Amino acid sequence: MTTYQEFIQQNEDRDGIRCSWNLWPSSRLEATRLVVPVSCLYTPLKERPDLPPVQYEPVLCSRANCKAVLNPLCQVDFRAKIWACNFCFQRNSFPPSYAGISEVNQPAELMPQFSTIEYIVQRGPPTPLIFLYVVDTCLEEEDLQALKESLQMSLSLLPPNALVGLITFGRMVQIHELSCEGIAKSYVFRGTKELTPKQIQEMLGLMKPATSGQQGKPLAPHDAAASCRFLQPVQAVDMNLTDLLGELQRDPWPVPQGKRPLRSTGIALSIAIGLLEGTFPNTGARVMLFTGGPPTQGPGMVVGDELKTPIRSWHDIQKDNARHLKKATKYYEALANRAAVNGHSVDIYACALDQTGLLEMKPLSNLTGGHIVMGDSFNTSLFKQTFQRVFSKDYNGEFRMAFGGTLEVKTSRELKVSGAIGPCVSLNNKGPCVSDNEMGVGGTCQWKICSLTPATTLALYFEVVNQHNAPIPQGGRGAIQFVTQYQHSNTQRRIRVTTVARNWADAQSQIQHIETSFDQEASAVLMARLGVFRAESEEGPDVLRWLDRQLIRLCQKFGQFNKDDPNSFRLSESLSLYPQFMFHLRRSPFLQVFNNSPDESSYYRHHFVRQDLTQSLIMVQPILYSYSFYGPPEPVLLDSSSILPDRILLMDTFFQLVIYHGETIAQWRKAGYQEMAEYENFKQLLQAPLDDAQEILQTRFPMPRYIDTEHGGSQARFLLSKVNPSQTHNNLYAWGQESGAPILTDDVSLQVFMDHLKKLAVSSSA
Amino acid sequence: MSQQGYVAAPPYSQAQAGMGGYSTGFGNPPPQSHYGYGSPPQGYSAPPTGVLKPPSSSPSGMPPPPVSTHYGSNIQQNGAHPHSFPPPVASAPSMSPYGQPPQGAFHSMAQTPPPTQQLTNQMSAMNIGGYGQRPMQGPQSPTSSAAPQYQTSPPPTMGHQPLSPPGPQPPTLGSPPPMATMGSMAGPPMGMSGPPGPGVQQPPMGPQGYPQQPGSPIAGPYGAQMAGPQMAGPQMAGPQSGAFPGGFPGGPAQMAGPPQKKLDPDSIPSTTQMIEDDQTKRGGQVYVTNIRGQVPPLVTTDFTVQDQGNASPRFMRCTTYSFPCTADLAKQCKVPLATIIKPFAIVPKNETPLYIVNHGEAGPIRCNRCKAYMCPYMQFIDGGRRYQCGFCSCINEVPVQYFQHLDHMGRRMDMYERPELSLGSYEFIATLDYCKNNKPPNPPAYIFMIDVSYNNIKSGLVKLICEELKTLLDRLPKEEGAETSAIKVGFVTYNKILHFYNVKSALAQPQMMVVSDVAEMFVPLLDGFLVNFQESRAVINNLLDQIPDMFADTNESETVFAPVIQAGSEALKAAECSGKLFIFHSSIPTAEAPGKLKNRDDRKLVGTEKEKTLFQPQRGVYEQLTKDCVAQGCCVDLFLFPNQFVDIATMGDVPSHTGGSIYKYSNFQMEVNGQQFLSDLRKDVEKSIGFDAIMRVRTGTGFRATDFFGAIYMNNTTDVEMAAVDCDKAVTVEFKHDDTLSEESGAVMQCALLYTTIGGQRRLRIHNLSLNCSSQLSELYKSCETDALINFFAKSAYRAMLNQPMKTVREILVNQTAHMLACYRKNCASPSAASQLILPDAMKVFPVYMNSLLKTPALVGSTELSTDDRAFHRLLVNSMGVEETQVLLYPRLIPLHTMDVSSEAIPTPVRCSEERLSESGMFLLENGLSMFLWLGQACPPDLIQNLFNVPSLGHLSSEGTSLPVLDNAHSRKIHSIISSISQRRASSMKLLIVKQKDRSELFSVSTWLRTRVFTEARPTWTSCATSICFGPDTRVVLLIED
Repeated sequence: MTTYQEFIQQNEDRDGIRCSWNLWPSSRLEATRLVVPVSCLYTPLKERPDLPPVQYEPVLCSRANCKAVLNPLCQVDFRAKIWACNFCFQRNSFPPSYAGISEVNQPAELMPQFSTIEYIVQRGPPTPLIFLYVVDTCLEEEDLQALKESLQMSLSLLPPNALVGLITFGRMVQIHELSCEGIAKSYVFRGTKELTPKQIQEMLGLMKPATSGQQGKPLAPHDAAASCRFLQPVQAVDMNLTDLLGELQRDPWPVPQGKRPLRSTGIALSIAIGLLEGTFPNTGARVMLFTGGPPTQGPGMVVGDELKTPIRSWHDIQKDNARHLKKATKYYEALANRAAVNGHSVDIYACALDQTGLLEMKPLSNLTGGHIVMGDSFNTSLFKQTFQRVFSKDYNGEFRMAFGGTLEVKTSRELKVSGAIGPCVSLNNKGPCVSDNEMGVGGTCQWKICSLTPATTLALYFEVVNQHNAPIPQGGRGAIQFVTQYQHSNTQRRIRVTTVARNWADAQSQIQHIETSFDQEASAVLMARLGVFRAESEEGPDVLRWLDRQLIRLCQKFGQFNKDDPNSFRLSESLSLYPQFMFHLRRSPFLQVFNNSPDESSYYRHHFVRQDLTQSLIMVQPILYSYSFYGPPEPVLLDSSSILPDRILLMDTFFQLVIYHGETIAQWRKAGYQEMAEYENFKQLLQAPLDDAQEILQTRFPMPRYIDTEHGGSQARFLLSKVNPSQTHNNLYAWGQESGAPILTDDVSLQVFMDHLKKLAVSSSA
Repeated sequence: MSQQGYVAAPPYSQAQAGMGGYSTGFGNPPPQSHYGYGSPPQGYSAPPTGVLKPPSSSPSGMPPPPVSTHYGSNIQQNGAHPHSFPPPVASAPSMSPYGQPPQGAFHSMAQTPPPTQQLTNQMSAMNIGGYGQRPMQGPQSPTSSAAPQYQTSPPPTMGHQPLSPPGPQPPTLGSPPPMATMGSMAGPPMGMSGPPGPGVQQPPMGPQGYPQQPGSPIAGPYGAQMAGPQMAGPQMAGPQSGAFPGGFPGGPAQMAGPPQKKLDPDSIPSTTQMIEDDQTKRGGQVYVTNIRGQVPPLVTTDFTVQDQGNASPRFMRCTTYSFPCTADLAKQCKVPLATIIKPFAIVPKNETPLYIVNHGEAGPIRCNRCKAYMCPYMQFIDGGRRYQCGFCSCINEVPVQYFQHLDHMGRRMDMYERPELSLGSYEFIATLDYCKNNKPPNPPAYIFMIDVSYNNIKSGLVKLICEELKTLLDRLPKEEGAETSAIKVGFVTYNKILHFYNVKSALAQPQMMVVSDVAEMFVPLLDGFLVNFQESRAVINNLLDQIPDMFADTNESETVFAPVIQAGSEALKAAECSGKLFIFHSSIPTAEAPGKLKNRDDRKLVGTEKEKTLFQPQRGVYEQLTKDCVAQGCCVDLFLFPNQFVDIATMGDVPSHTGGSIYKYSNFQMEVNGQQFLSDLRKDVEKSIGFDAIMRVRTGTGFRATDFFGAIYMNNTTDVEMAAVDCDKAVTVEFKHDDTLSEESGAVMQCALLYTTIGGQRRLRIHNLSLNCSSQLSELYKSCETDALINFFAKSAYRAMLNQPMKTVREILVNQTAHMLACYRKNCASPSAASQLILPDAMKVFPVYMNSLLKTPALVGSTELSTDDRAFHRLLVNSMGVEETQVLLYPRLIPLHTMDVSSEAIPTPVRCSEERLSESGMFLLENGLSMFLWLGQACPPDLIQNLFNVPSLGHLSSEGTSLPVLDNAHSRKIHSIISSISQRRASSMKLLIVKQKDRSELFSVSTWLRTRVFTEARPTWTSCATSICFGPDTRVVLLIED
């Protein structure tokens, strides 16, 4: 038998799924006692080069409220040409096209290796992808120039038939008409006046049929694409657009001293969304917002234009001193919901040294599956490469993006779905498998994910509803089917169906099995998502307390110990790393706001709730590699003790890549030994982390901040803040100076944390 | 005197003869004072005519005959009057009005006559005004010519009398020669009339004196009248010689009595004659403004002004140059006290342009109390250390840097070096205190806003405008001496949304920015919207090339309007400058937007109480817009190209409050109106103008400015705000007493206009004017200025019609006219027959103008006229100056068939009366707004050939004919006439060619012709007539039937 490790890996590779438990407790009560809910991380579009899509429609269960897709778990009567739905047990006959079916001639979807299968379906004419650039012109000249170049460059990356549009904004909002010759035309809107979608469409002349109908003039029917002068195929307008971008000027309105430029981000977005709404509802589209500062006027303003009033900090928010916060958040939420309903996603590329209002604007991306990228300037490789990477292509030469996805979850009777956490919105479809107990975005079995990448990963939480007095027969399996419909970047409509099943286990008799089926990595991430989801709406301390309690309960449940004897506490291998994850999670920027601006927190959280398990784990517990003359590069503990003078450390936190040169190494480097032929090996040593970092940079989205620092360097703080402060100024002497570097912090170290945990876990009063 | 010519006209021969006889004989005396028409009627009927009613009536018929009949009655009526004078001389009677003076005058007159016949003649003409004219009219009837002279002679005598009184004045006027010219002017006589009493006796100067006097008043006409009557008398006399005295009466009798149906048009005082006389007398002369209260030449006269302490009449012209001393007097005579100020009036090349005074950083020196600016009326005292304000009498310290010693006369030594101490008009450089936000202003901007809806595209207008702008923008007005114009230009096109254009010079191609949020208009760009034409020429030309194409296939027919103005105003605001919007608009704005209008044209309302609502602008949006525009210094010029009702009353609201102009080209067609429009546009763009202006009229104690009329905006009761004011805009200011005025100090006024020049400088333009005051009404009447009066009446009536039923407005006008004249008769004229119409010389043509005013489209209340036309007319007049109202109310009718192709001059106009149109003639008719070329049915074919290059009238197509430019004397001449007329006018006039009895004469043009042009048209005057009669209770009844 394969180990769970292998099983998990295999499942992840095939289905893009990681479950917290790979054996499911068979009763509701037991399930709740497991602390970590039955849940999974699902990556709907996980890249499967080995999985060619099939070119037909899926076969659906005929029961109206089931509609599950035929899958390998279904029982099939090949002679009667009948299959039984494994979710509702409805017996369905195969459609006529399956007439030739037999045990030796099975369609792909019945084969076990196709537990995940992708269908290409033909529905209506293919609609091109749409990219609508929304560009802030209140930028420094240099920044604007860099941004213009990036945008111009991006035109060559877009699919030639993609529709592209341009909105620029500053004090006013301008939407540019792209198909005109001889004169550059744009529609301009005041940045302060909120307009209804209908007004926007009227003002843009998108309601022609209605008005001309009044005048009694017949209007030749033409398709939306032709009527919309604002969105044009790249191939037709790229020259125009390149020129237009080239001529783009900084916002000309004077900015008086002591004021911020007036930035009408709110209106610009509302127009972008209104435009798409009116012209291409339910079509894959990306609104890409490039902004260099906070919205300062009109609806959605985050801060006034007086420089003397700083933008809100966490402190202000906690003191309820952030004047515009609620209103702005509400505004962007409403916009985001409109966009989401129509399947449009919004990306935010915010590059500025100060905050840009991501806290308020984040729903736009969070709810629509858009990206958020945060940088210091558009003139940095961080932005430039990240932006390029948005348009990266897969092994088939197709864009790694998909649009207008809906994810539907079907469960077998013993399970119900409680909710999802990820870049999605509820479609409010209350099917029979929806639990009343909401976790994350719940109350539905369907979610909209306006934009997906192969890495987009949702956390889904389930509730075991089987009552404990109705035992499930031995060998019974619970099944979950994920049906993801989406628009592929090549404009095809596709449906990916993943059907997974896990065995039920009686928690009383088979607790050991259940324990070994625990996926601590997945569980850590799943719990972390729950924590982050709570943190978004609750006060930090409460979330931490909740997390701690869960951890303690888990340890109580599965730890081996003697009551009130912390030293006797032991955790099995399958749980051994879990407390450590929790320790780092507690210190992570996802839950700690100290030292982070609200924007940064929003940014970190945004990425945390959408990345796949590996990346999420990196975020929770950064990876630390050590390079030294004493051996090949090796991962080392994320601990201050790993910081040694003769080492180079490479830390990957997902958001940052830090190369840290130990004291000695730094001195050598300064002395220039690497330039000398005889110290070639030193040169190689210096080069090694760079190469590794480069490798990481190649694939990471968004581009991490790349930091090259050394002992005593100011940027070393990025490393120091992450490592476990096992050595601090408090205990420095106790540990001796030889090992590692002390961290000046009052934070508890992992040891202290574990000690407390053990104490609490074994405490009989807890 | 001669002016009365009107009189003459009709009876010519007779009159003349009569005149001659009389005048010479008697004379003149009588004439002056009154013009009593009444009396004149008979003899004079002619002369008097001018006068008006009675005379006319009676005379109308051939005076003579009727006279007789009347006699009886006359006698009775006049009886008394005549007696006084008459006894002595027939003429005397007429004199009566003057009563005493006349007689004296007579004598003098008598004496004078002898001097030189010609002179006398002229003089006489002068006196009589009417007479003179007659002579003029002479032209009409050759025979008359001789006669006129005669008459003239008599008048002189008249003149004398007046002279004497004026005595003092005369000196100034002095030159006898002028007299001659003057003679023509009624002026002198007037003077006479007033002064007559006293003057009379100073016969000596007689003739000469006259002239001068003439200057002052209008005595002339009176005289004329007087004379007239007498004259007439003669003729009449002929018939009933004895009757003289009676004669007059007789005339009146007719008048008074059951008014006869027929009024001889020629018996009406002749306006053309009066104009011509004035031109003869004062034309080409230098008018020196060093005398308080002197009456300037008529607006129609070409003269040169030399500023010596009072503003040129081009800038300020008053209804009377002698204010009554007390409010009671003013109330009694009901003559409005007003001045028409045209602050930017064009100064002819041969006159000195305004000096610019810089008082340095402290700004212009002003009275501490009333804030009046330093001017010639400030009295320096205390060795020059202090000065007393001429307006409020406050004693102010002279600032140290401004100190100057006084000479032995108590005048500052530097008086002649400082324009502000010696001139009536000059400018100060304004300091930052006078600027908005204490920042120097930016140069103004012109924004061209073109309606690109279907109509304008189809008519080719958009293309036309765009083409024209390419060259026109090179001719933007510039500051004196500046290389290029500082004015920036911007472009907007619109239909129901607006398109702004970025034409920054750095751009390769223009950028269009569409604003569809018309509910809350804003300006989408800052940089690149308003640019220097020279710098952005390439981009602008590129844009202008593209605009017509861009909208070539538009089918958008809805437009917005208020947002367009708002956009312009906002653009100027954003650019922090003032400026002007040129809006080229075609249709009523029905698109959903603020200021949306609906068709509320309801002709059923005409003649009802609610008629006024047709002219009331729709309030709300436009009201606020006006405020905003004025605050921003945003002037709106509206070029309308309507095919149907567009609610001009409302659309014109903003232009008419921001110093803007409205042009209207109904049913615009390129071929027909294209040139006219372009020429209007050119004039409008090129004309001199000031922006962001605020005007204040300060007066001496005792009276103050109470009411203002014009394309202005008033936020309070004293400050006249004008977003812009150009060389054609005039503001009429009415004054009321609030205390007694003294004859010594007179009435002084100062108009201070703070504005921004086209180069972006802030300046203060000051116009000072001093008037006389008198406790004698006769002085007032003598100093009246009919052209100014009618300007005032037109504007006040046009304002009143917004609030009162048209009928009431008309009644008020008629009653006030009657009252003014009655008051004159009662207080200034010698007793005469009740039925006799006696007109002050200075006002002898006033009834004609008044009649004309009553027939203007706005007031006439006909359902045949479009509401828009009426509203348009109303708004036009609102900002007109005296010259414009004059020609509008008394169009020029120029006979072309008799023109002398070899002469440079424009042929002398004939009286503007339909009956002057002869079948065999060809006339050019012009009223400042339109021009008609009227072709009589029997028009000489060779003339037709020469002008149209077709063999006969029949070959002319009936519609859309244009006047070809041909290489022959006639054609050249007529084109030169047309162009020289056009040059004088603010707007260019479309030339309409009208064939007699043509359909077009009847319809397209005739409503206009009849109601507007032929103000003296026979039907009016003959069938019903304007008659001013005195009833038994000496109340005046002015009847105007139609």
